[in-house]
Amino acid sequence: MSGKITKVSGPLVVAEGLADANVSDVVRVGASHLIGEILNMTGDKASIQVYEETSGLGPGADVVTTGLPMSVELGPGMLDNIYDGIQRPLPEMRALTGDSITRGTDVPALNREKKWDFVPVAAVGDKLTAGDVLGTVQETSAILHRIMVPPKMAGTLKSIQAGSFTVTDIVAVLTDEKGVDHELSMMQRWPVRIARPYQHKYVPARPMNSGQRIIDTLFPIAKGGTAAVPGPFGSGKTVVQHQLAKWSDVDIVIYIGCGERGNEMTDVLMEFPELKDPRNGEPLMKRTVLIANTSDMPVAAREASIYTGITIAEYFRDMGYDVAVLADSTSRWAEALREMSGRLEEMPGEEGYPAYLASRLAQFYERAGVVECLGSDERQGSVTAIGAVSPPGGDISEPVSQATMRIVKVFWALDSSLAYARHFPAINWLTSYSLYIDTLQPWYTEQFGETYMQNRERAMHILQEEAELQEIVRLVGQDALSPEDRLTMETAKMIREDFLQQNAFVDEDAYSSYLKQFRLLNMVLKYDVLCREALAKGADMNALFAIDVREKIGRAKMADPNAFTEAYDAIEKQMKAEIDEVIAGGEEA
Amino acid sequence: MIKEYKTIREIASPLMIVDHVEGVTYDELGELELPNGEVRRCKVLEVEGDRAVVQLFESAQGINLAETKVRFLGHPQQLAVSEDMLGRVFNGMGMPIDGGPDILAEEHKDINGLPMNPAARAYPAEFIQTGVSTIDGLNTLVRGQKLPIFSGSGLPHAALAAQIARQARVLGDNETFAVVFAAIGITFEESEYFINDFRRTGAIDRTVVFSNLANDPAVERIATPRMALTAAEYLAFEKDMQVLVILTDITNYAEALREVSAAKKEVPGRRGYPGYLYTDLATMYERAGRRQGKKGSITMIPILTMPEDDKTHPIPDLTGYITEGQIILSRELHRKGIVPPVDVLPSLSRLKDKGIGVGKTREDHAGTMNQLFAAYSRGKDAKELMTILGEAALSEDDKLFAKFAEEFEKVYVSQGNTTNRSIEETLNIGWELLKILPRRELKRIKPEFIDKYLPLE
Repeated sequence: MSGKITKVSGPLVVAEGLADANVSDVVRVGASHLIGEILNMTGDKASIQVYEETSGLGPGADVVTTGLPMSVELGPGMLDNIYDGIQRPLPEMRALTGDSITRGTDVPALNREKKWDFVPVAAVGDKLTAGDVLGTVQETSAILHRIMVPPKMAGTLKSIQAGSFTVTDIVAVLTDEKGVDHELSMMQRWPVRIARPYQHKYVPARPMNSGQRIIDTLFPIAKGGTAAVPGPFGSGKTVVQHQLAKWSDVDIVIYIGCGERGNEMTDVLMEFPELKDPRNGEPLMKRTVLIANTSDMPVAAREASIYTGITIAEYFRDMGYDVAVLADSTSRWAEALREMSGRLEEMPGEEGYPAYLASRLAQFYERAGVVECLGSDERQGSVTAIGAVSPPGGDISEPVSQATMRIVKVFWALDSSLAYARHFPAINWLTSYSLYIDTLQPWYTEQFGETYMQNRERAMHILQEEAELQEIVRLVGQDALSPEDRLTMETAKMIREDFLQQNAFVDEDAYSSYLKQFRLLNMVLKYDVLCREALAKGADMNALFAIDVREKIGRAKMADPNAFTEAYDAIEKQMKAEIDEVIAGGEEA
Repeated sequence: MIKEYKTIREIASPLMIVDHVEGVTYDELGELELPNGEVRRCKVLEVEGDRAVVQLFESAQGINLAETKVRFLGHPQQLAVSEDMLGRVFNGMGMPIDGGPDILAEEHKDINGLPMNPAARAYPAEFIQTGVSTIDGLNTLVRGQKLPIFSGSGLPHAALAAQIARQARVLGDNETFAVVFAAIGITFEESEYFINDFRRTGAIDRTVVFSNLANDPAVERIATPRMALTAAEYLAFEKDMQVLVILTDITNYAEALREVSAAKKEVPGRRGYPGYLYTDLATMYERAGRRQGKKGSITMIPILTMPEDDKTHPIPDLTGYITEGQIILSRELHRKGIVPPVDVLPSLSRLKDKGIGVGKTREDHAGTMNQLFAAYSRGKDAKELMTILGEAALSEDDKLFAKFAEEFEKVYVSQGNTTNRSIEETLNIGWELLKILPRRELKRIKPEFIDKYLPLE
């Protein structure tokens, strides 16, 4: 079925004679077979968003529908790979067309030649339902890929073969209840705009360990939760996203570079194969799928990229894995939506964004969650969605930030004034929040005792108090404060500088285990308690602030991740001794 | 056979509608021939059925609807490239205006370029010594980076950009370099300032100039930076040169874009700029970079004047989201007589971490850089407090920090426009300044580096 173009306006093409096509079908446009998707239909006229540059296209050119919605290919070969927004593998495109992305390049997402060793798990005669594991493939050294019965399919296994196969080879045959045979390969297709099915959804109750102190201790996110990282340019959004991609204790990471810088993707591509997962020692790239639709790549494919990413994430979730989706940046995705909406001459909502912006965003984040997967073994998987937001001028009163804040449960607000002072991660402790504190509290208490969360509360309280005291200092100077208040400010400074600040570029500091975080904060708070006691006994405040151990506390975060406990014990001992000395000195005088 | 149409239906500058066209495609370049034989250029923005919406690059003055002929050339806007472009001056549409002969093209290239495959990029990591302490020491520039200068009206951004162009070099390297300079809607005087500086240093023979001055057609400005980048890509990736691209002033470019968008009656985004301003700017800025297996590189320094010195204005804001950092000039420092008046705290180079350290600059670079930033930030806060409450309200430490901030501006930042400091000099000046502070406050630097580099009394 083929139609003819009647109008071309940037990425929007209108074609007539497509009465047989369906809304959301993928179409091929013009002589170079550009990839497009039908957005609207009026009679036999279709409005099509084209995922590639449309220069050189004119009325009269052919448009052919594939009859299928925008889909991704799911199977072995996605990990350790980098795709564009519509799941075309970029390294293979480079081999085919050179350093630049030329148009109409057609490369299958999963390599058709590569053979994978398929190990059956199910046996002939087994009654299988959708989601049941047929067999496994060791996709990378880090990840065992479970080949599952596709959704909406069930029956008795008629045959299954072990051996080396390509993704399109038939590995099993399933006979459904009507007696029809279905040949199954290792590859599935799934339309990106539809969420993959599951049995149940649960409320998230386990934290995702990120190794970042301000996140894990002050504003934790749950596995299966949603978070947003808003911030003006230069405040370190991308570094935060990269840190999460590197150190989160999930099985799979999907990193979506959506309308961002090309060099940032190159950075990930170069760095991740070198970095080792602190939990199993495998290179991080072996658990990572990159989706790169950089800002200079066609804008319509940017719109598709976050759906491509989250669909791949859901597929790995269905295997029973914990998956993190990092989207940098959802604002660029919203801008792509706005551009298409403008070209369709839709009535704009706020700031030119379409009226459906908030509902589309909500649909994306709602695909996160902890679920019991399809299949009879009751395995659980989760998708955690973390989106960066780039508000114009850093002002979060704009529509994308506001619509995001209504949905997400964790908000890590980046602050440019912290970034200017080189306080990184520049997450503002007063404006950020996590709504998972209550649901995660039992987990923390079970693992580390009640002190962990009590310390958190104490630290938050001190930081809050500091903000109030600073107002006073600004008006009347710090001499007007009592020694106790001065101590609060001093402790707050220590929490900020010695605990919250974390250098992503120093190996010892880039990742902090829960225990290290706990001990470090505990040390700072112990200093506070001991000094407070000392002040009550009349000790000299300035002498307390100037004790030698302070320099060691300041450097404590750099302690060897494997041998910090001894070092911290020693510091605490020295601290106690030096404070006692100050008290004794005061009594003598 | 190229068809000619005499079917112009409407002209509302800079847009024109042509009826009864056949085989016209999106983004195609066209020519208008006026009855007096004058030829002007135009570009297709939209085609619907047999009607084309066309954007004029020059004025619509004197066009007669009935008598003017329109031809469509069957290809998008192109630039004739060759190595002979070095040392030449072109107008904003790529035509020579220095009185020299036309370029014998080795190739005609589409000025829109193609997006670079992220898998083909090489990560920029080679340190460029600009001789400017605030850049080398704190906001390090690397080869293949795009680092804009955010300036304001009346601030000396041209002097800084010229200083960078004059002094920039990669240590221990003698590869061929080239400068591509695009004047976008700037005055004759400002353009001459750059060209004279290139002439004075002899760089002019290795420079390609694209000049669209303030009195040239505004819409032409949309093509000018793309012409420049097309030339830069050719020189960098086909002729293995290290190319420095200076684009000034991006604000004029964005305004031309807004003019066209308004004429097309598009839904405006912030401050009337089109919603696709981000994407449009990105397709230019992202053309900077390095490619795997290629010797050459494009390093880009766009200059833009922030309206009312407002960093949140859409042009600097969107630029900052695309480029790999920014150098911000400060009016306050300029008034104090600090040259160059670089405001180091909000300035940033995102790629510095991979360009500094052992084997590139020096082992203590990263630590001292962070320490200088943090100390200057604290010193500025202390100074602010001092102006409200008097010096007595400061703690002993804060007094030292205030003194540090003062000295830092005077010695480190204010080096003048002709001083060319090596990276060692820059780092050593930093250590001299850190001597002002108590050692226990130098938490960002490894103790062994303090022992090794902190100058003794």
